[in-house]
Amino acid sequence: MLKYMGKRILIGIVSMFVLVTAAFFLTRQMPGSPFQTANVSDKVLEQLEEAYGLDEPVPVQYQKYITGLFKGNLGMSFKKSGVTVAEVIKRAWPVTVKLGGLAVLVSLVFGSLLGIWQASSRFSGVKNTIWCGTLLGSGIPNFVVALLLALIFGVRLHLLPITGLGGWKNYILPVISLSLYPTCVITRIMNNAFREEMKKDYVILAKAKGLTWAQIVMTHILKNAGIPVLNYAGPAAAFLLTGSFVVESIFTIPGLGREFVNSIANRDYTLILGLTIFMGAVVIIINLLVDLLCAWMNPRVRKGILE
Amino acid sequence: MRRLKSIYRKKNIIKKNKTLTFGIVLLCVLVLLSVFVPFFSPHSYSGQNALVRNMGSSALHWFGTDKFGRDIFVRVWYGTRISLIVGLGSAAICGVAGILIGSAAGYRGGMADMILMRAADILDAIPSLLYVILITLTFGANVGSILTGICISGWTKIARVVRGEVMRLKNLEFCDASRLAGAGNVRILFCHLLPNASGQIIVNLVFFVPQAIFTEAFLSFVGVGIAAPQASLGTLISEARSQMQVYPYQMIYPVMVLCLLILSLNLIGTGLEKRA
Repeated sequence: MLKYMGKRILIGIVSMFVLVTAAFFLTRQMPGSPFQTANVSDKVLEQLEEAYGLDEPVPVQYQKYITGLFKGNLGMSFKKSGVTVAEVIKRAWPVTVKLGGLAVLVSLVFGSLLGIWQASSRFSGVKNTIWCGTLLGSGIPNFVVALLLALIFGVRLHLLPITGLGGWKNYILPVISLSLYPTCVITRIMNNAFREEMKKDYVILAKAKGLTWAQIVMTHILKNAGIPVLNYAGPAAAFLLTGSFVVESIFTIPGLGREFVNSIANRDYTLILGLTIFMGAVVIIINLLVDLLCAWMNPRVRKGILE
Repeated sequence: MRRLKSIYRKKNIIKKNKTLTFGIVLLCVLVLLSVFVPFFSPHSYSGQNALVRNMGSSALHWFGTDKFGRDIFVRVWYGTRISLIVGLGSAAICGVAGILIGSAAGYRGGMADMILMRAADILDAIPSLLYVILITLTFGANVGSILTGICISGWTKIARVVRGEVMRLKNLEFCDASRLAGAGNVRILFCHLLPNASGQIIVNLVFFVPQAIFTEAFLSFVGVGIAAPQASLGTLISEARSQMQVYPYQMIYPVMVLCLLILSLNLIGTGLEKRA
């Protein structure tokens, strides 16, 4: 277990390093100086570049950036003067976490329930309907879902608000558009895992012991069928973070995704770099935690019998 | 009884293939339209006409026109073509890279396996969209940089599948037999191991295509994908968004085609998966 943990953590650290390095050199290669758009003289331009440390050679900049990272300093925004990248993240992160967390919760609950229902239902109608639903649901990009929902419920029917984050009603449409795809994936994973588990001997034994169906599902099957779903948490986190790019910009929610899309539109390179590193780090850490959790939940791995 | 069973089995096969057949037919229709509509249409995808701005559907413009008077029917199918190029192109590149890397790792084992799989682990840990966005920002908004971005981390899944299959198969008897018959490593790999693994590889590749199309549409929607005057389905949806409240149909058509395209590929994948 310790060896496995060490290996996973090492891979996480190396991934982080690769991400930072690649992101840094790519943003330095991006065409055009960030100050070029402003109507300024060469002298002012030089002063600006000096103030942001852009006059130094790239390796020196890289070294400074890395040392800054360890102190939690992600640099200044190029376009918003006097605003640090860390401040932007601090302000926008809670909003995105709230939205993403709700989406995770919704997709986990509905995905698991639908998956269990599909696997254990005796009616082929139910099974086929859920199968078709997941197939269609996972075939629609999240920005399309968001736009269509905004068009139908916001513009046409005037039922739900489509801008900002005033009350609980504002969360409905963004959360639906974010969680549709993960729900479909979780349904499919749960269905497959559940069907596999139902064939196993311990279920027959539990039935023979006289346990009710609910008891068997809750105490025995879910424990095993839940592991593949847990494994999906890493990809889901990546999906939700990147999905928030469009969903937040469509519903004008002041979260990380919207900041990111705006920074792309403004070509605000330090902000792009900082947000990329931050979001990459979040996903890497979640992946790491999930892997360790899965390993720990498997007694054979935990006790070092299986590597 | 036996008769009943055989009828049931036949029916079952047809039922299983229905998904596959429907998917293939749908995809063929979409491919044909995307190839031939831009050729035979009297309108070009970038030709503007101020006289027919924001028109609804008519005999001349089947899907209507956009705010510059460009024919949406042609633009939608032109966009489908770009989506297909990105999807199939990246699947082809990642397929070749994944097969080569996976079979090298699985067949050789040891150090090579360790290094290649750790590289895959490292790439997998980072959300690939972040790479793709950075690369399109750096190297310009075109099909080439999108393909590069997708393929940098796209090969890992195929490579894992191939590696697993090769490792499972390489110690079986038929491999020993062909080795005794004097076959070299390359021959064993390409004539014996990979054909046996092909089912798995194809299913994974088919599911890879809609992912790539998703990515491209997403990028174009955010504004870092295909640059004007070219237009992919994502660009069209993004352009129509500003006029969504007044002219919703400008958005509905590209959305429909995009969803049908992804659906057809998912159907083919699911159908193949069931057969395998």
